[in-house]
Amino acid sequence: MSASLQRGINVLKEMIDAPVASFFSSCVHCGLCAEACLFYTETGDPKYTPIHKLEPLRRVYSQEYTLLGRVGKMLGLSKALTDDELETWSELVYDSCTMCGRCSLVCPVGNDIVYMVRKLREGMAVSGHAPKDLRATTRRTIEIGSPMGVKWPAVQHVIQRQETETGLKIPVDQQGAEIMVLLSSMEVINYPEYLGALAKIFHKTGTRWTLSSKAIEATNAGIQIGASDLAREIVARIVTAAEGLGVKKVLSPECGHAYMALRWEGPNLMGRPFKFEVVHVLELLDEWRRAGKLKVKDKFKTPVTLHDPCQIVRRGGVLEAPELLLEQVVSEYRPMTDPNKWNWCCGGGGGTSAIHEPDAEQLRFKAFQVKKRQIEETGVDTVVTFCANCRIVIEEAFDHYGMNTKLLGLTELLAQHLED
Amino acid sequence: MNAMQFLAWVRGPGLDISVGILLLGVIWRLLEIYTLGRKPDLAPARRRAGASGWHTLYRRSLPAPGGLSRSPISYVGGYTFHIGLAIVVFLFAPHILLASSLVGLSWPGLPSPVIDGVTVITLAAMLVMLFDRINKPVKRYLSTFEDYFTWALTFLPVLTGYLAVKHLLLPYATMLAVHILCVELLLIALPFTKLFHAITVFGSRWYNGQINGRRGVPV
Amino acid sequence: MADPDTLEKRLAQQGISRRAFLKFCTAMATLMALPPGTAPAIAAALAKAKRPSVIWLSFQECTGCTESLTRSYSPTVESLIFDMISLDYHHTLQAASGFGAEKSREDAMKESYGKYLLLVDGSIPTKDGGIYSTIAGTTNLDMLKQAAKGAAAIISVGTCAAFGGIPKANPNPTGAVAVSDIVKDKPIVNISGCPPIPAVITGVLAHYLTFGALPELDSLNRPKAFYGETIHDRCYRRPFYDQGKFAKTFDDEGARNGWCLFELGCKGPVTHNACATTKWNGGAGFPIEAGHGCLGCSEPDFWDAGGFYKALSMPATPLTLVTGAAVTGAAVGVGISIANRMKKGAAKSAHQTATFTDLEK
Repeated sequence: MSASLQRGINVLKEMIDAPVASFFSSCVHCGLCAEACLFYTETGDPKYTPIHKLEPLRRVYSQEYTLLGRVGKMLGLSKALTDDELETWSELVYDSCTMCGRCSLVCPVGNDIVYMVRKLREGMAVSGHAPKDLRATTRRTIEIGSPMGVKWPAVQHVIQRQETETGLKIPVDQQGAEIMVLLSSMEVINYPEYLGALAKIFHKTGTRWTLSSKAIEATNAGIQIGASDLAREIVARIVTAAEGLGVKKVLSPECGHAYMALRWEGPNLMGRPFKFEVVHVLELLDEWRRAGKLKVKDKFKTPVTLHDPCQIVRRGGVLEAPELLLEQVVSEYRPMTDPNKWNWCCGGGGGTSAIHEPDAEQLRFKAFQVKKRQIEETGVDTVVTFCANCRIVIEEAFDHYGMNTKLLGLTELLAQHLED
Repeated sequence: MNAMQFLAWVRGPGLDISVGILLLGVIWRLLEIYTLGRKPDLAPARRRAGASGWHTLYRRSLPAPGGLSRSPISYVGGYTFHIGLAIVVFLFAPHILLASSLVGLSWPGLPSPVIDGVTVITLAAMLVMLFDRINKPVKRYLSTFEDYFTWALTFLPVLTGYLAVKHLLLPYATMLAVHILCVELLLIALPFTKLFHAITVFGSRWYNGQINGRRGVPV
Repeated sequence: MADPDTLEKRLAQQGISRRAFLKFCTAMATLMALPPGTAPAIAAALAKAKRPSVIWLSFQECTGCTESLTRSYSPTVESLIFDMISLDYHHTLQAASGFGAEKSREDAMKESYGKYLLLVDGSIPTKDGGIYSTIAGTTNLDMLKQAAKGAAAIISVGTCAAFGGIPKANPNPTGAVAVSDIVKDKPIVNISGCPPIPAVITGVLAHYLTFGALPELDSLNRPKAFYGETIHDRCYRRPFYDQGKFAKTFDDEGARNGWCLFELGCKGPVTHNACATTKWNGGAGFPIEAGHGCLGCSEPDFWDAGGFYKALSMPATPLTLVTGAAVTGAAVGVGISIANRMKKGAAKSAHQTATFTDLEK
């Protein structure tokens, strides 16, 4: 129990770099970022303006790293951050921000706001101002290995079920396999068919793959809460296992933040490049599609639309594969307005779906209205997506709004229509 | 001090001091900001054509999809004011003369009546923007004294320049001196307020484009 | 014998005898239905009628203003001094010299005390007691104060008298000042210009003589009739200014095409005078028409306004602080950069690796 304001401010001082300084110096208070943020557009409350969420970080920057700011603080013209202020900001930095990154695309002076939110969370976390539900998820990930408390026996159970259903062997701890596969707890608990789908596709393409009993969890609560020391600990498990098995690639599952954590933050957390390549499952599938290894026997007839998970598409860079794969397997695809990297968040990323306070949940449902409108505009009643967290969030929202819309996972959809 | 002495002062020591402070401030602030540096990114980059800091430098001048209908005043007002100000500052003959005397470069300008028209449009745009800042909840919420102060610092040179050319309000020599003084106040404040975005916008857009471009996302 | 400049004397000079003069006065009395005895009274009064006395004091001046006055064509300087005024003292135009001339001045001042017009050209040196310009052993400063006492009004002819002019220009070694800096209790008209247009000098005098009052003045006490507009607003080359067509050198194509001289330093926009309308040399032209920009000579401190060939939009003096400012900015920037690095380094050193218990207070 040693979080403290001092530690928080110290971490923020470590976090501030030239981009942060440039961004804060450029902001002209135009408010366009608010119009890109679903938490503002669906509530109309200006406190959710993205740049406003960063006010504590801006204060630290000004007071610590600018001459005028330092002089101002010495003269008492500005006050240091207080615990009370950070407590107020907790809702703004966590409950109402999924780190979807849409604001960063819109800012006319070029501010990468989500870049800074990630850094501010570092200070919020070690000063004890992260939501308690996120602290619990992080604790479970560190102590148990999964944010939802999923242990290896549960995974084994899923493996056995899928082996039975597909009739295929699911390898574990295979030294020298080409690909090591990771899962998210959400898939293990809610969408175990994903594993079976993978098994089918690997079988079709003759890939040597494996799971690791020491590192099954892809998600990284440390990234979401903003505690890089913990994120490093979590990622290290994967890196040690993968490098221990000598695999060439590690497959990140259909989970947004997992991809972000492993592919983009991972080497920086570890302080060195990996000895393996990180690949998102859809990237791999698309590679095979282009090589002609994925042949579909028939197409999904019902018209569908596609929800692009923020961390994979806009923030992860997997821009084309999803649509190309989808078009392979459905007969009618109607893109949403604001598709691809401009798509709107489901409202549950960045750790928000783990926060089970009533206010936070109400806020998320409210924010979901933009997604609801997008779906209704397309006129379809089937949505396809490729992130387990988006899936659970969207399904809960469909429930809440009494929508009859169906939600499908892309990898599973592909697997269902593959040639045998 | 009579009008001619006032005018000679703002054209002489006043200009010297304000340009000096501008230069001092710009160099100081650029160093202050960009020497903070950043850690190298150890994740392997995903290169994609059209995704880089350089692309974002110009691409970010275009509105986001749907942005124009969501925030028409911010975009249209912003474009009108910035472009109008650029035209008036850089394409009006007396200003070009000043530039050529300071930096040795010269370029052709626009006829004065055209500049007059652009000035009026620019002033109108700025008033609309001020009104919008006060009226729109988000802008009002975000705005501090600095936002209104820098608005005035930017509005007054354009207004007083127009009044001088049109021989309105004050006798010409005084009006011209007031105009030059307003410009000098703007120069002094530029490096130390949000007006510095005039320079840091390039750095910020570049960083944004580079950070996202490394991941293969053109922004 | 009547005074030299009485009406009777002038009439005699023009060939009208005293007899004819008396006849005229009798006719006047009859016309006005006055008793016959008033005719001699009228004759006596009219015989004594004098042209207004004008004392012209020349101080630190170049005589250019007098030169300009002598070019006046309507009224000519001759008809002016012979018909309209009694020019009782003027260094250049008077025949007398030495103590005799000074005595004439003192006599005229005494005789017309409170009524004479005092015209001044040239600035008044004040440094070291005003020793830098004296006439007959008297400093200009003292002479002006003396002469001003009995003047009905003072007309400062030329920019030197009106505003200090060239002697006042940097570094002003003689401590030159304008008339209005010395005299505070008399009406003063500033007819500025270096020199002023002849017709402006004579026009103001004519106004005074006709109406017995000074014309309407602007904030610098210049007659609005002549100084109410700027050269720029009446300049025939204005359309070229508006179109942005400027001569860049004195013999380029623009110059030869008569384009605007703004870039060559014309101060027309800030100069009030009648040059563009009344013009010079009987309407022959004015500096801009001759191809040279306006110097702004009817405005105060025009010598120190940044240079005749520097356009108004250009800096008046060269920028001297630029290098120093850049160096200082760099020093401050480097200083703060080092301080920032140290702070960040300290923050890194102070980093305590977090465990999940560190997420709670």
